[in-house]
Order: sequence, then structure tokens, then C-alpha cells
Amino acid sequence: MSQAHPPPVSDLELVRQANSGRQEAFEELTGRYEERVFGLAMRMLRHQQDAEDVTQQAFLSALENLNRFRGEARFATWLFRIATHAALKVLRKRKGAVSLEWAAEDSDGMAAPHPEYIADWRETPEKLAERAETRRLLDEALAALDEKHRVVFILRDVEGLSVRETAEALGISEGNVKVRLLRARLELRERLTREFGDPRKRVAGHGAR
Amino acid sequence: MKCEELLAMLNEYVDGTVDPAICKEFERHMAGCNPCQVVVDNIRKTITLYKKGERYEMPVEFRERLHETLRIKWRERHPAKRRG
Ligand SMILES: [Zn+2]
Repeated sequence: MSQAHPPPVSDLELVRQANSGRQEAFEELTGRYEERVFGLAMRMLRHQQDAEDVTQQAFLSALENLNRFRGEARFATWLFRIATHAALKVLRKRKGAVSLEWAAEDSDGMAAPHPEYIADWRETPEKLAERAETRRLLDEALAALDEKHRVVFILRDVEGLSVRETAEALGISEGNVKVRLLRARLELRERLTREFGDPRKRVAGHGAR
Repeated sequence: MKCEELLAMLNEYVDGTVDPAICKEFERHMAGCNPCQVVVDNIRKTITLYKKGERYEMPVEFRERLHETLRIKWRERHPAKRRG
């Protein structure tokens, strides 16, 4: 549809235009990010109604606070931060208590899970991605993670934020992002390799030296 | 470098942000340690799979509702700019 058009206007320029009263600019920004914000909310909450609420809240809040956006961060990071906070609020409400665990620095720094099931995968990620069953397995593995590890993985590896941006979005240190990310990656690797690994190519004896 | 040390540096290695000198050590270890080599490969594939993962599609009715809500909010905040 837009292939023959000139290069798109930058987010920052759209923010500027929206702040000077151009509604279409804000609508363009909404169109650019609504799917991703919704996807982020779905992955965090696994509940459609809640994800819709969070998405709407995030864009309403972005609209209200747009004149405070100064462009130190990317617009996407700023928006994801708003959406992440809204989603975390829902998660906390679900638990029925304020969880202090979230902001706490990880004390288990190096105690990442040790790889146990080690094997080459039977198929390439490209081939696996074609199967509907893979989607289910990926969702299940992600859901099995601790919330604080899951959220970091979603922002960093699914949404492609940098370590620093992830730290900013969550209000935790970069060091903490790294620790949580390593944990998430190792745990997901473990689960997925049990599903996709070739038992005949299983490697034993890791960590023996 | 020991397996444990390699494990601790996994993020930096996979993300390509590891110090070049350490990167060499990392690769020397992997060349002689099949388990670590496979773990790194598994991790790369894990990340690739999630990156490639399908996007959640936003329901059409929700999109319309969202846009309408935002339009109303916009008008509240920009009464002077209202046309027609
Ligand atoms: Zn090793």
C-alpha cells in the first residue's frame, strides 16, 4: 500500500507535529505501534481483554503525556515503558498483593540454571517456525518462566529493545537485566531443547571440568 | 576458560558485545568443548525462534474502539483546533 511512497517521517517528527496539534500525526504513531503494544501486553498477560485494556491505557497515557516526551529515549521505548507499567499493574492486581520482589536486585547473580539436556535440534528454526505446534510450545515455555524473567526476555529478545532500554522500561539496573535475561534464555533453551532436541545427538557430561 | 565462566558470558557472546580478547578465549573453549558449543547453538536458535514468532493480531473491533477512544480524548485536549 505504501511501497511507492517517500520514506516515512520519523517518530520524533510525528511527535513534534502531534504536539503542535496535528491529529493525523498522532494517529500515524498509533498505527505504527498498536500491534506491537498489543503483542507485548498479550505476551505479558496472556489474556485478551486485559491486553486490550492495557493497550488502550498506554495510548491514552501517551496522548496525555506526549508534550512531556523529550526525545531522550526512542519513542518506542517510551511507549513500551508506559505499556509495561500498565501490564505490571494488572499482574500485581491479579496476585492480590504488591510484590516487592520485582524491583529487588537478584541476589542469585551467577546461579543461572545449569544446562542439563544438551542436544542438537532436529530441525532449523525456520522449519520449526512453520508448525502450529511450535507456537504453542513457545508460548508454554515462556509462560513457565518467572514473571520477572519473562518480562525481560519479552522486551529484550522479542521486542528487540537494548539492555539499557529494557532497564529503563522496567526501572531496574542494566546488571539486573543481564542476570534475568541470562536466566530466561537458559531456561527457555532447556525447555525447547527437550522438545526439539534430537535424542540421538544428546551430549552428556557438561560441566564436568 | 571453564564451562562455568563461559556460561556467565553467554549473553555478551550471543549479542556480540563481548570483549574481543575474551571472545577468542570463548571460541577456543568451544572448539574443545562440544557441550558448550551445542548450548550456544541451542540458545541462538531459541532466540531466533522467539524473534520470528508470529505477532498477536489485534482484533478489528478493538482497533476501531481504540481509535474512537483516542479521537474523543484528542478532541477533549484540543478543543480550539476542532474543525467543522
Ligand atoms: Zn565447556
